[in-house]
Amino acid sequence: MREITYRQALNEALAEEIERDPNVFLMGEEVAEYQGAYKVSAGLLERFGPRRIIDTPISENGFAGLGIGAAMVGLRPIIEFMTFSFSLVAFDQVVNNAPNMFMMSGGQFNIPITFRGPNGPAHQLGATHSHATENLYASVPGLKVCTPATPRDAKGLLKTAVRDDNPVLVLEAELLYSSKGMVEPPDEELLIPLGEAEVKREGSDVTVVCYAQTVPIALKVAAQLEEENISAEIIDLRSIKPLDEKAIFDSVAKTHRVVIVEQDHPFCGVGAEICYRIQKEIFDELDAPVLRVSQEDIPMPYNEHLEHAVLPNAEKLVTAVKRVCYA
Amino acid sequence: MQPVEQRDEVEMLSLMLLIRRFEERASQQYQAQKIGGFCHLYIGQEAVVVGAIAAVRPDDYVITAYRDHGHALARGTSVNACMAELFGKETGCSRGLGGSMHFFDKRHNMYGGHAIVAAHVPLGVGLAFAIKYRGEDRVTLCFFGDGAINQGSFHEALNLAALYKLPIIFICENNLFAMGTSVKRSTSLKQIVDRAEGYDIPGEIVDGMNFREVRDKVAEVAESIRKESHPAFLEVRTYRYRGHSMSDPASYRTKDELEKYRLDDPIIRLRAQLTREGKLTNEQFDQLDKRAKEAVLAAVKFAEESVELPVGKLHDYVYFNGAMETDRPQPAVEERRDGEPAPSQRSA
Repeated sequence: MREITYRQALNEALAEEIERDPNVFLMGEEVAEYQGAYKVSAGLLERFGPRRIIDTPISENGFAGLGIGAAMVGLRPIIEFMTFSFSLVAFDQVVNNAPNMFMMSGGQFNIPITFRGPNGPAHQLGATHSHATENLYASVPGLKVCTPATPRDAKGLLKTAVRDDNPVLVLEAELLYSSKGMVEPPDEELLIPLGEAEVKREGSDVTVVCYAQTVPIALKVAAQLEEENISAEIIDLRSIKPLDEKAIFDSVAKTHRVVIVEQDHPFCGVGAEICYRIQKEIFDELDAPVLRVSQEDIPMPYNEHLEHAVLPNAEKLVTAVKRVCYA
Repeated sequence: MQPVEQRDEVEMLSLMLLIRRFEERASQQYQAQKIGGFCHLYIGQEAVVVGAIAAVRPDDYVITAYRDHGHALARGTSVNACMAELFGKETGCSRGLGGSMHFFDKRHNMYGGHAIVAAHVPLGVGLAFAIKYRGEDRVTLCFFGDGAINQGSFHEALNLAALYKLPIIFICENNLFAMGTSVKRSTSLKQIVDRAEGYDIPGEIVDGMNFREVRDKVAEVAESIRKESHPAFLEVRTYRYRGHSMSDPASYRTKDELEKYRLDDPIIRLRAQLTREGKLTNEQFDQLDKRAKEAVLAAVKFAEESVELPVGKLHDYVYFNGAMETDRPQPAVEERRDGEPAPSQRSA
């Protein structure tokens, strides 16, 4: 194992998959000559050339659709959105064309495509650039959605996504691009299956379900609560769809209390779905109502303090955990 | 690979007849409530798709919008599979899961059948991208209506195709109306072909009621593209005799206008050309028409007798998991039209 950044992990995953399969190519705004808006694709143009690493004009709908068309005849495009806030311009392609093709062609055309890029609020980017899109896309049958929080998960999930025969969205965490973590050496194949959560920290008093940018918040809160004798188990979903119900249920059956900390909005958010499943399947295991910590139901303000107030944060999570623990 | 452009014009006339009779029968079956949803008929426009497809190879890619019955039939999808799709049956070209607006046939390189206006134009560009990526000499035919040209995805797609010099012919089937809105009321240009100029794509206007003109123009452009990859744009002027869909009485246009175009009917025109040249007798024409009608009637029977996909199988069509590889859906039982080569001879 060695320590690399989340950004390097993604870069390695891209390079390994492009190297492995001649049908894989990377396309998006500034991915080639500029080396990526967030430098995720740094060095790839030099290594693989302009046939495989392709700059596009600012035309999200156009190049997302191009990728889907190429996937219909067996190429395996990786389409980068500079951020998933911009994927909304391509919403019709991602929601209407990619996931529907297999069904409406009677199973003749599956779409092996990966859409990737940063997702979720970053820092003071205002309302248009702060979208957390996971709940929007996870609600669409035919799409798969994963949300890595660590360099290891970023690499393993992206590689799996590229090899999947269906449209997969890899929603990266912009605020975590420079974070570091331990990852297997490059000569060791790292594939993390979609739909497998991971216990990032074991605990016995309360389950905290989190993903992407809320994972470091949850881990920080868990360390803090330990000093107050509250033992929190941290479940990192890693994939939103398919959802690892079993990992959630197993943990809740142990702790009997659960807080979901999500980076999207509360109304029809990811946590609402998880909450529904918990009460439906393991109602008797619960010793307290399930609580959710999410963004507020407010478009994102620019002002730093106001932004902090809208975001899910450590303070809100501590309060919620203490409430379900009646502490 | 046998270029289809050599194919007999009489055979192409019979294909146009087949499309017309198919659409007439579809209209009747829709009214009898055997067909659900939306149903957009191609009557009047037959020379466009038959002309274009007569000029390209079976391994070239074809993609179109929702008025797609003619495109599948012209491509070689069986009448039975087309009619069964309208009936929502498992033997349909999309297993009854797509319906009128979503005809797909992988085996015949028919990539749909797409019902969001202009959303498939980027897909067509993607097909063309794959051709160039693999260094092949195929061409993509991307059909769309005049209503598509004011949609953002159309513009993005044309720019990308021009930028990457992709092998694609954008074929605008200008039938003068986007649903009920005339081109005059929707488009700021004097002529649609000028859209191409904005992207440095060579464009031409073609008489879409004239089979030979469409075929020859598409053949010429396709040949140029195979020599050196580039996009091209054809504004093919045509006319649909029926309303936008089955529920549209088309009150936004006059009877005189419709009659004017009917006099210029593409089937009558090709028939007259062939008759004049001594290649077709009246008896032979009647025979072709009779055969088309019979094939369509047989298809209705086939569709009626076919079964629906069981509800329990529906989940198999959400995600592809590789398990269907051997059990990959095949187009419905083939009943080839007389004189048409078997699929094995036609495919790459």
